[in-house]
Amino acid sequence: MASPTNTKRLIPWFAAALVLAAIVAAWSWKSGDTEAVLGRTVRAAAPLILGGLCGLIGERSGIVNIGIEGQMLISAFAGFMASSYTAGMGTLASLVIGILAGMIAAALTGTFMGWCAISLKMDQIIAGTVVNIFAAGFTSYAFIQGRTQPTYPQWSVPVLADLPIVGKVFSQGPLTYVAFVVVIIVQFALFRSRWGLRTRAVGEHPSAADTVGIDVLRLRYVNMTIAGSLAGIAGMLLLQSASVFNRGMTNGIGFIALAVMLFGRYRPFGVLLGGLVLGFFNGLQAQLQFRQAFDIPPQFFGMIPFVFTIAVLAFAGVSARPPAAAGVPYEKE
Amino acid sequence: MTTSVLRARGLTKRFPGVLANDSVDLDLNRGEIVGLLGENGAGKSTLVKMLFGVYEPDEGTMEIGGEPADISGPADAIAKGMGMVHQHFQLVGPLTVADNVVLGAEPRSGLFIDEKAAVESVRELSEKFGLDVDPGAVVEDLPVGVQQRVEILKALYRGADILILDEPSAVLTPQETDELLEVMRGLAATGVGIIFITHKLREILAVTDRVVVMRGGAVVGAADTAGSTQEGLAELMVGRPVIFRVEKDQAVPGPTVLYVQGLVARDDRDQRALDNISLQVRSGEIVGVAGVEGNGQRELVETLTGLRRITSGTITIDGEDVTRASPRDIHRLGVGHVPEDREKDGLVSSYSVADNLVLNRYFKKPFSKSGLRDFAAIARNAEKLVADYGVATPAITTGVGTLSGGNKQKVIVARELSETTSLVVASQPTRGVDVGSIEFIHEQLVSARDQGAGVLLVSAELDEIFSLADRIVVLYRGRVVGDMPAADATVEQVGLLMAGAVDA
Ligand SMILES: Nc1ncnc2c1ncn2[C@@H]1O[C@H](COP(=O)(O)OP(=O)(O)OP(=O)(O)O)[C@@H](O)[C@H]1O
Ligand SMILES: [Mg+2]
Repeated sequence: MASPTNTKRLIPWFAAALVLAAIVAAWSWKSGDTEAVLGRTVRAAAPLILGGLCGLIGERSGIVNIGIEGQMLISAFAGFMASSYTAGMGTLASLVIGILAGMIAAALTGTFMGWCAISLKMDQIIAGTVVNIFAAGFTSYAFIQGRTQPTYPQWSVPVLADLPIVGKVFSQGPLTYVAFVVVIIVQFALFRSRWGLRTRAVGEHPSAADTVGIDVLRLRYVNMTIAGSLAGIAGMLLLQSASVFNRGMTNGIGFIALAVMLFGRYRPFGVLLGGLVLGFFNGLQAQLQFRQAFDIPPQFFGMIPFVFTIAVLAFAGVSARPPAAAGVPYEKE
Repeated sequence: MTTSVLRARGLTKRFPGVLANDSVDLDLNRGEIVGLLGENGAGKSTLVKMLFGVYEPDEGTMEIGGEPADISGPADAIAKGMGMVHQHFQLVGPLTVADNVVLGAEPRSGLFIDEKAAVESVRELSEKFGLDVDPGAVVEDLPVGVQQRVEILKALYRGADILILDEPSAVLTPQETDELLEVMRGLAATGVGIIFITHKLREILAVTDRVVVMRGGAVVGAADTAGSTQEGLAELMVGRPVIFRVEKDQAVPGPTVLYVQGLVARDDRDQRALDNISLQVRSGEIVGVAGVEGNGQRELVETLTGLRRITSGTITIDGEDVTRASPRDIHRLGVGHVPEDREKDGLVSSYSVADNLVLNRYFKKPFSKSGLRDFAAIARNAEKLVADYGVATPAITTGVGTLSGGNKQKVIVARELSETTSLVVASQPTRGVDVGSIEFIHEQLVSARDQGAGVLLVSAELDEIFSLADRIVVLYRGRVVGDMPAADATVEQVGLLMAGAVDA
């Protein structure tokens, strides 16, 4: 007989099965719309996944990061500025420089939050809030209207992009593919590599890690920085879609990413699944709005991802067990 | 021939207000077990933490294997062949045994950890040293005794030839302790030098080759174990003769204070932990609850003190139904509670000694006046209790977390027993406490009884039950399987009941 915890473990799979069934049904009904929704699912999932991984790596090493929204915004801003000022160097160079600038900016923001949490032993929620407020304020203030940057190319995977149903899934901007590669890397790194084992130990029982010679504070700094660079790619993904910086363009994605992390129970593959589920709702919502399919105000559909987030926080959040030392500054004896 | 593996000279460590170690010398030879004895706060943990690089000595030198060694931290100590099992386990609960063992020195194949090699080395080590443990098991699911073996394996995996055990037996059942002593003998036979800290003189006599006694931060004596006696060691430790027998008069039981009827409760894993328990405690008597740990003792104490919800049954204290009462309501009836886990349930580590001494009464007069705390009254209370109960602390403003284990326990006992009480629920009140303090805590429990309180004493130590209790209740699998006057009970009989071998 399944114990209550086993049943709970099945929830994500159950959700995925529902989604699959819905896809097939929908495709046989309206193929064009369904393909569009799926393509958008993947596009919308990518920043959620990377944002969720940023939160996951932090929390797995013992630091609660609610500043992902701010990190993404800072990244998008820095990336846009960098690309825009280097536009003369050619599209490729300009985009690459933008991506690096965005990643570095968000990584440094991560290091800064690490410093607040690790060395200053500040309340981590406050540190994250500070970053969010600063990011919103600073990027609005410093943003110069009217600048442009080169647009990102679309990469279509040969053969796969021509398939029915899923064709659009394989026609994305380059960074979207990066997101899906990263989540696989993080999954294996977290559960199979030396870094992963140490990270999990540091997030669960830092003094145990310390007594076997692991430098707890250093690992937390490193991880906050790595995690920040992932939030940086997440921010650049928004830019990849929009091709231009907009004030407040993250629009809550950094917070929804936290729900994705909880939904995924602090596991990268769980985050992947959570990102896809939410991305799907996002794609559905966009397509319904676009089609004016029903006589319902479009705002109503726009609400779907947020309602889903609340549901995840209310239900999945209860069953996910956070790392024991998450949020607790480490004090050496 | 003896080869020195560790030699410490003149180690000194000062904490604010305390000279925790005062020029301590220590020697350890290959294959030797040295016992480290001393009162609570004598500086034993501080000494071994310096050896292991957790603390940096203020003064003093060390040699390892004849070479001068300057240990910069635990990692360095490990690299130099030391291993330490801490008073509080340093294991990562959700990880497997193998992961815990290799953590920090993981075997790799390519980019990944070589899990097969990890499991294989754990298996080899556990066979070689007779430390039975499943490498694939998740640590938090294991009993404490097995977790401790994992700690020892961790040290051995790193090739330790010096092993430091800081009160390893405090949390073990008697059977687990015997197994541990056996393991230690085995390790010593293969050449590992062991420093063994314990408060139990019996263990010192059973397993050590030499014993070093500390008091007030200094070494006050050292002797070969052969030729030492419990009395002699205890006197050296405390500085006065210790009476191992508890002096108490015949109990004069009065009316029933605690009346428990048909109590059923579930444990944290939602399993039935208390199965229809009925018992009574009368005023002026000590009822000892005997049983192997994990047979419902924790849940019993928690239900009695309002910390755990009851599935069915009733609890009455002094005639009042407290079945669904809150801990504070129960406290108002004059119930004192000495919890099993003093760090978790008994104290707020970051608060001062003074604040911890009013945790159960800060809201009452004179400690609170019109909603504001009266610091003078709180300080007076603390000064008095610290003096009366002999709590060794630099000041009443000291954070309770920095006190030694035994002194933490004294703070709790002082708080819970100093107010006139009708009932005392004491769970493992002398765990990790030195012989002098045990004597003191036992006296306090007996005097609470003599002043008319009922005492429910839960202990894993049969000795303690037999020396204190007027009546003995035996728990097995959440049921009361024996209830008898202490005078009629024999150790053998109670032991059999505890093992579930017979029904009374
Ligand atoms: N981190 C610390 N900060 C301040 N004082 C400390 C600290 N650690 C220990 N002390 C003090 O040093 C003295 C020695 O403590 P230690 O823990 O070494 O005693 P112990 O012999 O191990 O006692 P026990 O048997 O109770 O474990 C005590 O007075 C204690 O209060
Ligand atoms: Mg100690």
